[in-house]
Amino acid sequence: MIQYAAIILFVFGLYGLFTNRNVIKMIVSLNVMEVGLNIFIISIGFTYDGIAPILSSTTANGLLYVDPLPQALVLTAIVIGVGTTALGLAIAKSIHKTYNTFDLDEMGDKE
Amino acid sequence: MKNLFGLLLSLVLGAFIILALNNTAAFPAFGEVDLADRVSEQYFTDGNVAEVGSANIVTAIVVGYRGFDTLGEVTVLFISALGVAIIFGEKKQERLDLKFKPNFMLRVGSRVLFGMILITSIYIIFHGHLTPGGGFPGGAIIASAVLLLYLTDDRFRSNVKGFKILEGIAGSLFVVIGLLGLVLVTSFLQNFLPAGTVGDLLSAGIIPIIYVLIGLKVGSEISGIVDNFLTEEESA
Repeated sequence: MIQYAAIILFVFGLYGLFTNRNVIKMIVSLNVMEVGLNIFIISIGFTYDGIAPILSSTTANGLLYVDPLPQALVLTAIVIGVGTTALGLAIAKSIHKTYNTFDLDEMGDKE
Repeated sequence: MKNLFGLLLSLVLGAFIILALNNTAAFPAFGEVDLADRVSEQYFTDGNVAEVGSANIVTAIVVGYRGFDTLGEVTVLFISALGVAIIFGEKKQERLDLKFKPNFMLRVGSRVLFGMILITSIYIIFHGHLTPGGGFPGGAIIASAVLLLYLTDDRFRSNVKGFKILEGIAGSLFVVIGLLGLVLVTSFLQNFLPAGTVGDLLSAGIIPIIYVLIGLKVGSEISGIVDNFLTEEESA
């Protein structure tokens, strides 16, 4: 079920990216898309009755763990997302300094 | 009209993705994953666990099996922090003013909280191979502590130069440890320390050392980004 929620989030983000002309709103849409994708990748590794992939002395062998590989990949994706968001916001700030607007349609007249 | 087109395109793409979710061996239905079909099965075998020595399998993958990938990831974060710094310019900067005058209680209270948040982050970084957490969340918590001081004290300005030096040292030591693995054993970033008992604080060989370095590097990088966003060029 949660896979459908992730896909809906992804589609919402894509729609926002298509329709918004405001730089900040585009970055927010990109982040919504990214959250949807991350939830989807995590959901690929989920098993019913699976436990977190952490070994401890109280858990015996033969237990059912969830797949740890998607979690490790999403950890990477989150960090890259932070980097791209920071860079995008920095570009948005410098755009606002030059044109005094965040809207892509209203800029272009000034040189 | 353009919005309608965008809506249609998004809906069609979403429908395609949902239709692609068929229950096959390559892509099983939600929650019915059989780990035996996957690569991840080998991470839980006794021999591999004893060799890596990390109780948290996700950490074992991120820093152990895929350590080279993590080095690239840290490099990407470094480049984006560098890009933010370049975009905001290298001129003399001063911090943005707060919209209110912080009183004594707010300043002192936030400093007490700063210490507590820092201790939490150190705990999370040092237990990265035992509990959920590690260098990346711990570094983000360090940066949030720095952000708290920026938001509650109108005179606070973090030591940006110190952060840059710390970040450089941590990144270089990461590479040096990788090269030590290449020289002492056989391949880059290979574990050359004893793995120890699974579950001990001092276990898992080089994984805790690398995660501490990653924590310092991520914390100083994100703190640098926070500083860049909360300063502006001097108007004089």
